[in-house]
Amino acid sequence: MTLLDVQELTISQVGSDAAIVRAATLALEPGETLGIAGESGCGKSTLLLALMGVVKPGLAVTGGHVHLMGQHLGSIAPEAMRRLRGQSIAWVPQSAAMALTPTMRVGAQLAEAMSVHDTIPPGDITARTTALFAQVRLPEPNQIGARYPHELSGGQMQRVVIAMALACAPKLLLLDEPTTGLDVTTQAEILDLLGELRRDTGMAMVCVSHDIGVLARLTARVAVMYAGRIVEDRPTAALLTRPAHPYARALLASVPQIENPGMPPSIPGSPPAPGMSTPGCAFAPRCSRAHAACDLVPALSPLPLGGRVACHSPENGIFAPVVMPTPLVAQEAGVPVVTVRDLVVQYRRASLFARLSRRSRPDSVVAGVSLTLLKGEILGLVGESGSGKSTIVRAIAGLWPRSAGTITLDGANLPARATERDRAALRRVQVVFQNPDASLNPRHTVREILAQPLRLYFNASPAEVEDHARSLTAAVRLDPDHLDRRPAQLSGGERQRVALARAFAAEPDVILCDEVTSALDVSVQASVLALIRDLCQSRGTSCLFVAHDIAVVAALCDRVAVIYLGQIVEIGRTTDVFLRPQHPYTEALLSAIPEPDPMKTMQPVLINGEMPSMTDPPAGCRFSTRCRHVRDVCRTSTPALALRSAEHFTACHFEGITGI
Amino acid sequence: MSGAPILRAVLSQPSGAIGITLVVGHVMLAVLSPLVLPHDPIAQSADLMLQMPSLSHPFGTDRLGRDILSRVMLGGREAMLIATLATLVAMVWGTVVGIFLALIGGRIDTYIMRIVDALSSIPGILIVMIFVAALGVGATALIPILGCSYGLSVVYIARAAALDFVARDFVLAAQARGEARATILIREILPNVRDTLAVQGAMQWSWLMLGITSLSFLGLGVAPPTPDWGLMIADARGVMPTAPWAVLWPMAMLSTLIVGVNLATDSFAKALGVDRQMGVRAA
Amino acid sequence: MLGLILRRLGAAWITVVVVAVVVFVGVEVMPGDACTAMLGRDAARIEVLENCRDRMGLNRPPVERFNAWAGDLAQGDLGVSMKRERPIVDIVGPRLRNTLILAFAAALAGVPLAIGLGVMVALRRERPFDIIVSTTALVAMTMPEFVVAALLILIFAIWLGWSSGVVTAAYDAPALTLLFATPLPAVTLALVYMAHILRMVRSSVIDTAGADYILMARMKGVPERQIVRRHLLPNAILPTIPVIGLTLAWLLSGVVIVESAFNYPGLGRLAVNAVADRDLPLVQATALIFGLIYVSMTLIADLLAMALNPRLRTRRL
Repeated sequence: MTLLDVQELTISQVGSDAAIVRAATLALEPGETLGIAGESGCGKSTLLLALMGVVKPGLAVTGGHVHLMGQHLGSIAPEAMRRLRGQSIAWVPQSAAMALTPTMRVGAQLAEAMSVHDTIPPGDITARTTALFAQVRLPEPNQIGARYPHELSGGQMQRVVIAMALACAPKLLLLDEPTTGLDVTTQAEILDLLGELRRDTGMAMVCVSHDIGVLARLTARVAVMYAGRIVEDRPTAALLTRPAHPYARALLASVPQIENPGMPPSIPGSPPAPGMSTPGCAFAPRCSRAHAACDLVPALSPLPLGGRVACHSPENGIFAPVVMPTPLVAQEAGVPVVTVRDLVVQYRRASLFARLSRRSRPDSVVAGVSLTLLKGEILGLVGESGSGKSTIVRAIAGLWPRSAGTITLDGANLPARATERDRAALRRVQVVFQNPDASLNPRHTVREILAQPLRLYFNASPAEVEDHARSLTAAVRLDPDHLDRRPAQLSGGERQRVALARAFAAEPDVILCDEVTSALDVSVQASVLALIRDLCQSRGTSCLFVAHDIAVVAALCDRVAVIYLGQIVEIGRTTDVFLRPQHPYTEALLSAIPEPDPMKTMQPVLINGEMPSMTDPPAGCRFSTRCRHVRDVCRTSTPALALRSAEHFTACHFEGITGI
Repeated sequence: MSGAPILRAVLSQPSGAIGITLVVGHVMLAVLSPLVLPHDPIAQSADLMLQMPSLSHPFGTDRLGRDILSRVMLGGREAMLIATLATLVAMVWGTVVGIFLALIGGRIDTYIMRIVDALSSIPGILIVMIFVAALGVGATALIPILGCSYGLSVVYIARAAALDFVARDFVLAAQARGEARATILIREILPNVRDTLAVQGAMQWSWLMLGITSLSFLGLGVAPPTPDWGLMIADARGVMPTAPWAVLWPMAMLSTLIVGVNLATDSFAKALGVDRQMGVRAA
Repeated sequence: MLGLILRRLGAAWITVVVVAVVVFVGVEVMPGDACTAMLGRDAARIEVLENCRDRMGLNRPPVERFNAWAGDLAQGDLGVSMKRERPIVDIVGPRLRNTLILAFAAALAGVPLAIGLGVMVALRRERPFDIIVSTTALVAMTMPEFVVAALLILIFAIWLGWSSGVVTAAYDAPALTLLFATPLPAVTLALVYMAHILRMVRSSVIDTAGADYILMARMKGVPERQIVRRHLLPNAILPTIPVIGLTLAWLLSGVVIVESAFNYPGLGRLAVNAVADRDLPLVQATALIFGLIYVSMTLIADLLAMALNPRLRTRRL
């Protein structure tokens, strides 16, 4: 019997025509896996919730139906629905930290998942709790149940939540962005775990993610959603090699690939707002293949080689994305503009800076970092969360005092705090932050935002401000009428462009980008990256680009530095570092990234354990606790950055140990 | 959001409409009443004591023979005036100190908040009473005293609201640019906390009205013979069995004003998206 | 955890010291002093003023006087009342007892009731029960204590004749007698803060109900009642405890008015009389005691919240 049967499901906002999910149709057999991919606002999470019979307040099912194991979800009594949940169909939420009740121990929460149903006899619950903790590879499975959620790490909490989902051996598992917010390496482990669990239990899975790479590792079939509709539904390998729908093709093309370093193409325009209804195909305005027939909404029709697509003229060629190769920047014999030497930053309490950083991980420590930013280049700084990369940016910007080390700008020393720097120095170093929601004052218009640096550094008169503001908005490819808008009226990508415009308004020598594309959808990301590159090249500005997404760094940067636990472990030209990594950490990081490449999904993950605490780092080489090539000397002596080949430095005792 | 749309949103809700009507009614009464008084509010009359409501004295008379209607119409004026001025004092100094502390952080913030904590732990009414005991009663003395005392809770609110924004990237960005602290305070933070403070200001005003009438009740606020609702209720306590109207009318006036302000404030808060649970009444 | 407790206690102690300083300084900075206040017009006569000042030791430098005062305080000596010419401790002691009886009566009955009602209306949000109770709370919150007092006296003492209204017991009457004198004043006190607590609990429960972990519990198939009991209530009530403590401490200011309205022989009425008499040492002493009570109540509320909140008991491993 078909496990899940969804027919023409439409979910709209109560009291209006705005449909979040339109006429979704899909089916799932027992044991099958299905991924649902799409960008923010496409309706995938709403669809997933509906499979559980849940609709968020303010929404209602206005068409179609969902059949779960033959039962129509719309007509089940609430008590029967309650019994289904957890027992036959289980939910793995997006953020485990928020999904676990803070006042209950994790063991009790797991036991509760079983005690409210009849499948497990009460006497067996305790034993099964321990068994489940072991199955999800948690340390000390018989003792960890006594802990409270806040005592566990992000990865551990996610495992607890998975254990809760498995508790009653459900037939169907629903996962909502299961790895968002986790470190790349933790993410790889969780995906690995999920794959193994599925093979062991034979349960079916539906997984929603904005990251097609994650789905490629997890599911055998992927459905792509756009503006509330399913536009393509194919076996994963087929989708990745021959995407049929133009949107799916463009989406895949805009994902930066490491093996193909260069700027990926972006999709022009922006997706319609959730609920907005468009006549005909919603993607037509942005589609290069649109023609007259696209005025009618295309239906999902089967393809000859399997799967379905909703398009009037689907593509059928092999997918071969064209990237713009990164032109080698003609550097003037490598003139350094910012030099960081032996930078040490420690977390100190009770100061303005400490409080400012409280929202991110407060234990970030930088333990002796040296790097040089050359004139006109884009240097990437890549590492996982807590590695110290954002701290370095803040130290250079003067927002965080350094405990030791020097930072120079064109040879002159930069004082540790921004308040001690003179205006000229401040002008030459500008910062762009990650979260466009938070980095722009919600009460100011775009004009006012751009005016601030102009007034501060150039004493610009209102006429000059107007002039410059217009040319800046043109440079970041925004309409001049955006000048009168406030951030709330702009999209994420547009806000980030305004932030970039503000930074470039000061005509700086150096731009520090702190995770500036991490909060953006993939298709928007590519255009912002291209913009950064264009602006830096045309103005000769150097850029330090910090990110945790290696592929993004590979697309944009000339050189890259890899940072682990407060120290740089490898630095060199992007192509060298990523195609021929010399440090075991870089090698492991590259293997752990989920890429939408069917060839890569089979490779093993080369790293284990969790990142050690910043306040108590391992002795000797900091990576020694997790390195698969570790030898005795690694535990006692710390390796320094040594030159291996042309401009390629690695901090490892053994040359060529990665064998690449 | 600004101006007219908010007002419309507020008036569309029943609670908002009632609230605004009550407040506007009271304010108009306070402003216009001296022109329409039926009788002289302070004229005492031995033969008219404790008269029941009648045509010539629609609200009756009190124990000194004064017309209650006239006294009740004026009874809010002095208190409202003091409340308005004291609210201004409280909001200004509370806001400046609160936002400044949020910006500056560190030890100064901790030390000054300790002092503010300690000051808040003495019931506001007692602080006022200490001053009254030492200096004697007077409306002009009350304004700065009440302003300082009620400003304490504003410090908390302003600081909390500012802290919410201080950690945001746009303030960081301003600091990275090298903007002066005063500029950051005025340009970046103030516009964002404006709504919260506006709601807080309205609540402060209602608390001050309650505080002033309570003080008058105790004999420490508005001085006789100026009519005041609190004074009237205190006066009429002794004669409640025989003349309940002497107590009920001032009570009704005060209550309708306060209820009106609260309903209107609640409505505004909802329209502006402000959380008005913050802040416990400061004595 | 122990560190947290010690730090909290330390903070409380510092607050106490600051309160003492503030009370002292507050009087210092004003024109005139205890003697000019007390003597009123008589203060114009220099010898009387000097006499008084000598007796009260007001001619010594301020810091010396503060140390002496603080030293006396530490030993439990609150000074001497100018008007009544008796040691303040004797005056304040029994009245403090009476006020505490009143406050406890109000709190013990009111707090559980307010929390319970708050939860009930939150679970029946926007339904008739909620609308009626919440509106009543809103009205109760906006009425000053003296208005409520007058109303209650009107209804229960004058019209219904159930109670005598104004309290007639003397300040040194046995505790039980005073307890029986408390119903009306206690209800007056309780009504207003109960309304605050109810609104706060209601809003906290409604907020918590939207949390992700509540949805998660539902996704596990946990029955609604169990969700409320094990997931919703602990997390909704916990953050309200410190604010309940704060609200109760604010009770103290209400006490002043309520005691005056009902003529209850407690600390509040004493304070009002002291002010009327311009008896500064007594006013200072009562202000100090009120401050101490407030600090203790917020301290207890914070410690209680710490004890119940697992997040504060353990740290991330």
